[in-house]
Amino acid sequence: MREITLSQAVNEALAEEMRRDPTTFILGEDVAEAGTPFKVLSGLVEEFGTERVIDTPISEPGFVGLAVGAALTGARPIVDLMFGDFIYLVMDQLCNQAAKQQYMSGGKLSVPMVLRTNLGATRRSGAQHSQSLHVLVAHIPGLKVALPSSAYEAKGLMKTAIRDNNPVVIIEDKLMYQDKAPVPEEEYLIPFGEANIKREGTDITLIGTSSMVQVAEAAAKILEAEGISAEVIDPRTIVPLDEETLLKSVRKTSRAIVIDEGHQNYGITGEIASRLNEKAFYYLDAPVLRMGAMDVPVPFSPVLEDLTVPTPEGVAENARRLCAGEMIHAA
Amino acid sequence: MNAKTRTKTKTSNATRKDLSKEDALRMYTQMVRIRTFEDNANQLYLAGKMQGLTHMYSGEEAVAVGICEALNDNDRITSTHRGHGHCVAKGANYKEMFCELLGKEEGYCRGKGGSMHIADQSHGNLGANAIVGGSMGIATGSALRAKLLGQDDVTVCFFGDGATAQGLLYEVMNMAALWNLPVIYACENNGYSEYTKTEEIAAGSITARAEAFGIEAFSIDGQDVLGVNELSRKLVARCRNGEGPFFVELMTYRYHGHHVGDINREYYRSKKEEADWKENRDPIIRFRGWLVEQGIATEEEIETLNEQIKQDAKEAVAYAEAAAYPDAAEVDMHVYAETDTATLQAGN
Repeated sequence: MREITLSQAVNEALAEEMRRDPTTFILGEDVAEAGTPFKVLSGLVEEFGTERVIDTPISEPGFVGLAVGAALTGARPIVDLMFGDFIYLVMDQLCNQAAKQQYMSGGKLSVPMVLRTNLGATRRSGAQHSQSLHVLVAHIPGLKVALPSSAYEAKGLMKTAIRDNNPVVIIEDKLMYQDKAPVPEEEYLIPFGEANIKREGTDITLIGTSSMVQVAEAAAKILEAEGISAEVIDPRTIVPLDEETLLKSVRKTSRAIVIDEGHQNYGITGEIASRLNEKAFYYLDAPVLRMGAMDVPVPFSPVLEDLTVPTPEGVAENARRLCAGEMIHAA
Repeated sequence: MNAKTRTKTKTSNATRKDLSKEDALRMYTQMVRIRTFEDNANQLYLAGKMQGLTHMYSGEEAVAVGICEALNDNDRITSTHRGHGHCVAKGANYKEMFCELLGKEEGYCRGKGGSMHIADQSHGNLGANAIVGGSMGIATGSALRAKLLGQDDVTVCFFGDGATAQGLLYEVMNMAALWNLPVIYACENNGYSEYTKTEEIAAGSITARAEAFGIEAFSIDGQDVLGVNELSRKLVARCRNGEGPFFVELMTYRYHGHHVGDINREYYRSKKEEADWKENRDPIIRFRGWLVEQGIATEEEIETLNEQIKQDAKEAVAYAEAAAYPDAAEVDMHVYAETDTATLQAGN
């Protein structure tokens, strides 16, 4: 199968869906000729014109608000939010406006829009361009949240996001844009709420999101050499969450670590761990462990920044101790 | 093009040749329907039959009616926390509105929205909004959709003077002006930003804010329904012709407090001031006088009409009070919209 980058995969998904549905359009800062700073959208303005690939002023609440209004009245906007850190700027439009229209109207109004943005530290971008804030939107009923872990997921989830009748936040890891993965030439969509078992195992379950799937897979390889069999699962969407697949795995392995790049305090890792503890308690041989990003603003200094995110070695070490029966808990 | 401000202060109770007798009577009816709706809503609240928060539109009727009578069902509006007037003016029914205010299943939003979130998409009302200024993006986005999809509807964004303090307004007016969007920003200046005089929260001129973006702006008497309607018709036609956006400041007054519970308000405005607006500038009394003077209706005909509206409201209130609440099973319905599974298949 051909291999393409995550960036190319997103670009293909957008182009295919924009050809399919004339009510779709892209809105954001430097999306047209510039194709975004990450060049993910390069070439789209040539095909679809500036009418459908619209450069906006640097007004995040404003253009997200425009997307909500366009979606409410029959279009399918795809908003490009240049950095995930800017989610704070658009919280009212996303959480008070987009997320609640369907419910507040008793099912009469819907907001079929996509907000695509990014997460991920270790790009030496400092505290305001490195955050992984998906938990903020995952907390709000009415929003769906997808976290692609490779080019394959990025394409299939994006196509589903665009066709979904709800506001969907899809967050790519900005360090993965150039990572290649096998992506079929023929059209495919990845349904929301279906986790992917990346690797089967029997001793411990490693649940990773976004680029932490790669970290979990690398940890599984380290553990395999030591005779520990780790199962790696990628939920792919955290809202909706495929709880069944996670529970089934943990009932089999009796141990689990949840790995996510958001801050650990009150985070995604805590939510998933708690559900496993509640629903698979009698199958567990050890507490479910959380591994999130350190609870500090992301530092600039490379030496410090690298300490803040989970690593394969760190995951392997915790897995090793859990499997040895050591009672450990998250830092 | 240089932006222009045209200030109209004198009443335009002149003859309106473009206005049929039928149109004039409908405008009157709609204003009285708003006032009567609010009188009933206020009573429901004071009698403890209605819970929560609600904000009366009484006194501002000429704004909503003058503008909405220039629109058709396909044109959209976004409304505010003080939204009952916009909802009635855009064509909503009493029955579904009172049901919504009382949280009943037959309400426009199945009781899930309430007073501050009432929406009636069948008449193009995209909904009230409980975040001050929160719908400015939605209105402008609706206009962007119309332009992108080649549709000729116009969107009116209602908001108050207090909302001019929100940054969102300036972001969206900038984009609306850059892209010539068919949106009219209707600023209802009722003199008070909640419990604070507008002059204490707004520096400089309101219309100059729009003019800075090259948006043609007007400041008019919001108690004169004919004047509001005349300008609105012109601006709606110009929006359809690709000449938008526009900004209109409508000088008006809210008779009640910020919300129904704001009873003792002499610390921020005097009873004398309230009486002056009610007695000398009331939009319904003024328009009624004009209708009689023009020979469009007699005093008796108007009294009959008023009685009929009161009766309609009484019946709708009784209906809503007796109507069923939503079933408990509805509490987690409508969080997410359904998506047809076939749509999510490759090849479709």
